[in-house]
Amino acid sequence: MLRYIARRLIGMAVVLLITGAVTYVIFYWMPSDPARLSCGKPCTPETLHQVRAYMGLNQPIWEQYWHFLEGLVGGRSFGIGQAAAQCPAPCLGYSFHQSMPVRTMIGTAFPVTVSITVGAAALWLVFGVATGMISAVKRGTWWDRGATLLSLTGVATPTYLVGLLGILLLGFQWRLVPVNGYANFTDGIGPWASHLILPWAVLAFVNAAVYARLTRSQLLEVFGEDYITTARAKGLPERIVIGKHSLRAALTPIATMFGMDIGLLLGGAIITEKVFSMQGLGYLLLQGVGQLDLPVVVGVTLFSAFFVVAANLLVDILYGYLDPRVSLA
Amino acid sequence: MSLSPELSLRKDDPEPFLQVTDLAVDFATADGSVRAVDGLNFTLERGRTLGLVGESGSGKSVTSLAVMGLLRPDSTTAGNARTSGEIRLNGEELLSAPARRIRELRGRTMSMIFQDPLSALHPYYSVGAQIAEAYRVHHKGSRKAAKERAAELLGRVGIPRPRERADDFPHQFSGGMRQRVMIAMALVNDPELLIADEPTTALDVTVQAQILELIADVQQEFGSAAILITHDLGVVAGTVDDVVIMYAGRTMETAPVDRLFAAPQHPYTWGLLGSTPRLDGDRRKRLAPIPGSPPNLLEPAAGCPFAPRCVFTDRVEGDACATDRPAALPACHLAPDDRDALRPSSRKAAS
Ligand SMILES: Nc1ncnc2c1ncn2[C@@H]1O[C@H](COP(=O)(O)OP(=O)(O)OP(=O)(O)O)[C@@H](O)[C@H]1O
Ligand SMILES: [Mg+2]
Repeated sequence: MLRYIARRLIGMAVVLLITGAVTYVIFYWMPSDPARLSCGKPCTPETLHQVRAYMGLNQPIWEQYWHFLEGLVGGRSFGIGQAAAQCPAPCLGYSFHQSMPVRTMIGTAFPVTVSITVGAAALWLVFGVATGMISAVKRGTWWDRGATLLSLTGVATPTYLVGLLGILLLGFQWRLVPVNGYANFTDGIGPWASHLILPWAVLAFVNAAVYARLTRSQLLEVFGEDYITTARAKGLPERIVIGKHSLRAALTPIATMFGMDIGLLLGGAIITEKVFSMQGLGYLLLQGVGQLDLPVVVGVTLFSAFFVVAANLLVDILYGYLDPRVSLA
Repeated sequence: MSLSPELSLRKDDPEPFLQVTDLAVDFATADGSVRAVDGLNFTLERGRTLGLVGESGSGKSVTSLAVMGLLRPDSTTAGNARTSGEIRLNGEELLSAPARRIRELRGRTMSMIFQDPLSALHPYYSVGAQIAEAYRVHHKGSRKAAKERAAELLGRVGIPRPRERADDFPHQFSGGMRQRVMIAMALVNDPELLIADEPTTALDVTVQAQILELIADVQQEFGSAAILITHDLGVVAGTVDDVVIMYAGRTMETAPVDRLFAAPQHPYTWGLLGSTPRLDGDRRKRLAPIPGSPPNLLEPAAGCPFAPRCVFTDRVEGDACATDRPAALPACHLAPDDRDALRPSSRKAAS
């Protein structure tokens, strides 16, 4: 088990290294020049040169990446003398636009993303699985058809459309919830939740559909298994045959997908954050790309990638617990 | 074996323990209605064992599922079965009984051992938990008591170190041990009726005998009535009291086991006997499988369903075999004298 985890952790590190390198390369393929953007007006060749040196852009790309990695482990400083900006370890880079370490920016943005993720995930898991169960048990009836229609709508509708509709109806028309912005959890659970309820609902609607379909198909498959007949032959009531024996057997793929989705969402819900003007990781990334703020882009990308890779590992470990036939080696 | 084994097969007995009358099961499929069981009759008394024998597809499993109420429309996933006729257990009609009553009987008064224990046991629960659960549905009492009971039963069916093994999962047992687990689960509530659907087909030969012996043993000990389903007449020989020979969902003939082997009446039974391996017999003699294949259940035959595969139809006047359904048992149009004359040399089956 420990050896398995160690092996997986090494694999994770390699994936993250490659992700970082790829981000650097892509960034340098882009035709625009970040130094020119920060150079100010008028931009003489000398100033441009200075800015380049200050930002570290005059080094070859692999050297820049190497310094980045060094900073990640041991911290680093940018520029020289009084103008030097400190970035203690683990340094994810320094944003010259915002004049602060990327880590600080992530520190402010991450709680927003976590808040969005946790609430939305809980909602879509409960509603998705419940809908899927109803569909499976009442398959072929109007319940099933209604749920299918709702699910397909959820799958087919773009997030921003659902989001804008939500804002329009619930926010402006009926004035039930604030239309945008974010309140800290520490400001009280009421304002926090009321600001989040729309993004939660939107993300849950879009994702629950997938969970409903998965739950339905898994359950229908399980219903045909011999051990479900055995459960009935024991005299168990239907609610236990379905809620315990069937659901337990259908759970593994659902849990797997759930873990991966949470990992993905923790890296930032770009569209949702944009629609609701919430400044989470997705917003940060979008802004970084717009401003050609390489350190922000690399930092946020790696941070997000970390959650995806970690979720992957956790899901695999969880798998070993969920299915007694699987042994991790 | 009792002195007059025929008794258990007579229909006019006052209230037999289990009486199945004109049982018919249809499945609605995309291609049409499939008649899997077609007017089946049999009775079974306490403490006795009935063998239900027929080729694959003859409706043996469907019959057992019908008795257990597992084809009822009220179980969420039963789907497409329609059942008619009568199933009386202790005089109580089961097909029309409410779902709650059937649940009370299932696993307690009647229980079932399935063919493939690997797929019939839940892969994600320990065997102890599965057995304890079967006990707790029907008994009040603590979790601990149920766990005790599970371990006790595991020990009874010959699982070594039952207390520890109770925490293991089905995949951690061998095929034979898994079937023992299944038997323990079926016995945990002292059932009055035990149905075993081909309990040894998934096992290798050496284990088969042990499992059959175990079932016979526990049945004696618990005094239950049992239905043993098999396609192998060799299995039936040493284990059952009476035999029902099934084909295309119908009874072909029914007899106490000794008489069946001494004087089988139906050409289909002759065919089955001819294709049964004999442990004591002449090994050089080739086994003769019955030529042809089981009938299409989508279009039930008007006459004898076995007629297309039967080599004796020309011994019957006219085309009765193709047009008339035999009214009495044995379900064959051959005259009794003809049957005696045509029967392949009387032989003892494997035992
Ligand atoms: N749910 C179902 N839907 C449609 N047809 C079915 C269904 N269940 C069984 N049948 C059909 O009923 C017939 C009898 O099946 P059954 O399983 O009882 O045979 P069996 O005698 O137990 O055979 P085996 O020895 O292979 O187990 C088969 O032709 C089968 O295809
Ligand atoms: Mg069968």
